[in-house]
Amino acid sequence: MLAGSVLILAGIMGTALYALRRNRRGHGVSERAMLIGGGVLFPFVTLFALMVWSLVGERLAAEDDPSLFQLEARGHQFWWEFTYPDVGGAPLYGAGEALIPAGEPLLVALESQDVIHSFWVPRLAGKMDAIPGRTNLMRLSADAPGTYAGQCAEFCGNQHLNMRFIVHALPAAELAARLEALAATAPDPALPGAADFAEHCAACHSVDPRQRGGPGPNLAALALRSQLGGGAPYAGADDLRRWLLDHPDIKPGSRKPPTTVNHDTLDRIITYLESTRP
Amino acid sequence: MSLDPTRQRQVQELASLWGAPPGWRSLSAVNHTVVGIRFMVTAFVFFLIGGVLAMLIRAQLAMPGNDFVGPEVYSQLFTMHGTVMMFLFAIPVIEGFAIYMLPKMLGARDLAFPRLSAFAYWCYLFGGIIVVGSLLVGMAPDTGWFMYTPLSSSAYTPGINADVWLIGVTFVEVSAVAAGVEFMATILKVRTAGMALNRMPILAWYLWVTAAMMVIGFPPLILGSILLEIERAFDWPFFDPTRGGDPLLWQHLFWLFGHPEVYIIFLPAAGIISTILPVMAGRPLVGYTWIVCSIVALGFISFGLWVHHMFTVGIPHLALGFFSAASLLVVLPTSVQFFAWLATLLKGRPRMDLPMLFVYGFFFTFVIGGLTGVMVAVVPFDWQVHDTHFVVAHFHYVLIGGQIFPALAAAYYWLPHFTGRTASRTVGVIVFWLILVGFTVTFLPMHLTGLLGMPRRVYTYAPDVGWTWLNLTSSIGGFIMAIGFALFILDVVLQIRTGRRTARNPWNAETLEWAMPLPPPTYNIGSLPWVKSRTPVHDDPQLEDDLQAGRGLLATPRNGWRETLVVSMLDGKPEQVLLLPGPTWVPLYTAIAAAVFFGGLLAKTYLLSLLGLAAVLVCALMWVWDGGLKRDPGPLDIGCGATAVPHPAAAMPPSLWGLVFLLAANGTLFASLVFGYLFLWVVAPNWPPPVFVPVDWASPLVTLTGLGLGFAGVLRAAQVNRQGRDLGRQAWLLLASLGGLIAAAGFTVVPAMLAPPVQDHAYAAVNAFAGAYMAVHAVLAVVFTGHAFARGRAGWLSAVRAVEVRAAVIWWSYTAGTGLVTLAVIHLLPRMAGS
Repeated sequence: MLAGSVLILAGIMGTALYALRRNRRGHGVSERAMLIGGGVLFPFVTLFALMVWSLVGERLAAEDDPSLFQLEARGHQFWWEFTYPDVGGAPLYGAGEALIPAGEPLLVALESQDVIHSFWVPRLAGKMDAIPGRTNLMRLSADAPGTYAGQCAEFCGNQHLNMRFIVHALPAAELAARLEALAATAPDPALPGAADFAEHCAACHSVDPRQRGGPGPNLAALALRSQLGGGAPYAGADDLRRWLLDHPDIKPGSRKPPTTVNHDTLDRIITYLESTRP
Repeated sequence: MSLDPTRQRQVQELASLWGAPPGWRSLSAVNHTVVGIRFMVTAFVFFLIGGVLAMLIRAQLAMPGNDFVGPEVYSQLFTMHGTVMMFLFAIPVIEGFAIYMLPKMLGARDLAFPRLSAFAYWCYLFGGIIVVGSLLVGMAPDTGWFMYTPLSSSAYTPGINADVWLIGVTFVEVSAVAAGVEFMATILKVRTAGMALNRMPILAWYLWVTAAMMVIGFPPLILGSILLEIERAFDWPFFDPTRGGDPLLWQHLFWLFGHPEVYIIFLPAAGIISTILPVMAGRPLVGYTWIVCSIVALGFISFGLWVHHMFTVGIPHLALGFFSAASLLVVLPTSVQFFAWLATLLKGRPRMDLPMLFVYGFFFTFVIGGLTGVMVAVVPFDWQVHDTHFVVAHFHYVLIGGQIFPALAAAYYWLPHFTGRTASRTVGVIVFWLILVGFTVTFLPMHLTGLLGMPRRVYTYAPDVGWTWLNLTSSIGGFIMAIGFALFILDVVLQIRTGRRTARNPWNAETLEWAMPLPPPTYNIGSLPWVKSRTPVHDDPQLEDDLQAGRGLLATPRNGWRETLVVSMLDGKPEQVLLLPGPTWVPLYTAIAAAVFFGGLLAKTYLLSLLGLAAVLVCALMWVWDGGLKRDPGPLDIGCGATAVPHPAAAMPPSLWGLVFLLAANGTLFASLVFGYLFLWVVAPNWPPPVFVPVDWASPLVTLTGLGLGFAGVLRAAQVNRQGRDLGRQAWLLLASLGGLIAAAGFTVVPAMLAPPVQDHAYAAVNAFAGAYMAVHAVLAVVFTGHAFARGRAGWLSAVRAVEVRAAVIWWSYTAGTGLVTLAVIHLLPRMAGS
């Protein structure tokens, strides 16, 4: 498309500039030939070819196909919730990072909790909107295993920017094992932080991978993720502490209320959430 | 040229007759030259405000992780940049240009409805002040210029920000629709003698299609804004999916307007190119008829492409194919124009005067914008670049390339017309290169920024994603462009102050706006020419002298009237003498009353709004009471041995055409409402509603009786009026008013008692809205009929002077027609759906 465009631009500008020359031909050009040939036939033929090429090759709208791997992506202001509808017979809840099969197509069911968001993993596919009140199906496939960055692509409020996510494409066998493991992953309930979490955080966040929980993301496997709040890097307890203390500055306008607990409590909660780190 | 003393006196009389009062009282001026210049200057001020916002955006994005502004301010910046540029600059500047230029090009002394254009100006100014004023208090709209709901609904934008947009922009749109109606009626009827449709300057064709698109294109958005504001203020769930609404309805209504909007902006610019380029090439435009056909085609096709802004919302395959094809098809009429321009250049001897430089700048930028437009019409490609900076680059190429360069060409071409002076070539050339280079440096790399994945509307980005130097380049380019515009302002000021006085018709142009002294006098032309070709000024170098010396039509002022001609639509035969109003405060008062109405909505003091509405009605009645004749007039001598009747005694004066076009706009709003009703019914989640309108034949029967009585009443009134029976006419008008009252009651009182609560489900809300819409129209039908009755009593009506009666007939036809459809939709649809 680029080469053709440059050619057309050069043709038009060339003709227009050529017309400025004093000694030149072209005064005898047939008006009718220019209007019919250049104005009608030329764009009609080029565009028709382009049209056929764009519509025939691609499968534009996805259809429901239960044989494919299923993933539900639900947009929230300002984070993505990912649900695997059937892992060992029950749904598995997660957020921020999604696991998908590599080398085979999958179906993403897009929904929204609040406003319109748009699901976009640039290296895997185009984008599709997540609209409240309806479910849009999107078919995508990752040819090779790997980690792919994604982001919200429809302006959804002041923190539209920090609504990034990560997609890990894994070989089928590894994927199944990882999902089974995730379904059994939760912070250690024997830690003292469990009670603090229940008191201060559990109204919004679930730590049970089988429970969706309140309005905030599910934190069962939090320590296995590599970013916090849709964009901030996460490698260990220090990053989590910085996020919990400074998130109103890191992500101004997010729906997460500021952290009000004292330092000791915060330490216990961080240890508790970090307990799933291998 | 010197005039003989008699003619000198006549010209002086014309000048004072058409002049505006001095000092602050000049605010009451309605003359198109004054209003047009006001419009353009105001639009340019808003352009500068929008430009400053753009500079702030570029300053923020120049560096990664910049904290120059935070996300809250940034959201306001880009929302307001888009809103100001689209609604407060791009459209109004065209309106101002057309208000100033149309009568001059058509050989008329003013527009068909001078008070309406003055009113349009005040609405635009007040609406613009509301929108821009919100910036000063930090409560500007912040949900993007297309205001997608539910982000813009009260749940996610609880503040006043979204209300400012919905109310302020609607106020400005009132002005756009008024201007559209004005232009449609003016171009079809208010031309000089002999100017058949195929002899009109090509720009008039462009502006007519543009005006028609404004009249058809704005109402869907006006409807959408009204519905969203009602949802925000009173919780009627039109767009809430949990209660049977659908956020996609907003997107459809918005883009139903939004796509034609692009062509509303582009067509006048293309018309400017089609006007300037042949003059600079020294030969008439190649393919006049081809161009006329292609712009009419463009007008139609542009209403069939709105869905291409919604390719990512989940549209069925076939629909995607259809709208993708339509998006490509729209290239055809544009390429016909391009090849007509190229052929004109090749066949002529083009000279590179200042305006031509900008025409070439337009070629270069707009072709790139068009080609990237073809790319985004291809669905798989669009899915990738949609909502990235690629699209931002694309539409800036289309809008700046397609409007700003032609506008600058127009500025340098017509400035001698405004000022009577010539521009400095050197400064103009520097302005051109600064803007072209600045523009290219800003937006060419931005395509790449988008392809590298930078989304729109993010307030910053990380240093490691590789967008840094591209953004920095764009920011530098933006500031170069800003310097270019600053120099342009300086250039214009210098020209007004110190420019050399220009000879008349400095470009050797073909069209009538150059057949007058420069700068133009208040009355435009001393007398109206009888046009014999498409290039009257070219044909007859003596034309200006002849017209000024009074050797044309309507040369001598009489009775202190402001006169211009009304011609037959197709062949331009003189038909009527249009008697135009002089300076009056009524348009300003009406706009102030409307501002009270909108301000009350904004402040949520609805009592104030009702007062404002009542004041609007009073002003409107004062407005239409003015003018008319108390006695049946004979034909008037218009010169050159021809006669014409004064317009109050004509069967179809321009005002009735204006009413017809206004109802076309209204009808589009109504059609959009019916579309929305059916769309929700078929597509929205959570249907069917818990309760339907109960089976009840009493209320529709009462309503039908009222509608029938009213419609039959005015028809009969018009009939007996033609027979000269004044008393009979008055009686039938009274009866018709009664019919209107019954219909209004039928649409409100009875359903209000029976209907389900409006906040429970979109079905109830949309029914109630349709009922209220019809009730308002029935009440206005009473006003129309009552007005005709009062005019009759006061002696303004007779068998030949029947404008008010005809207006009532037209209004009643619309009300009865839409009323029947509404009754069918409300009462038959649930029965057909089998409930």
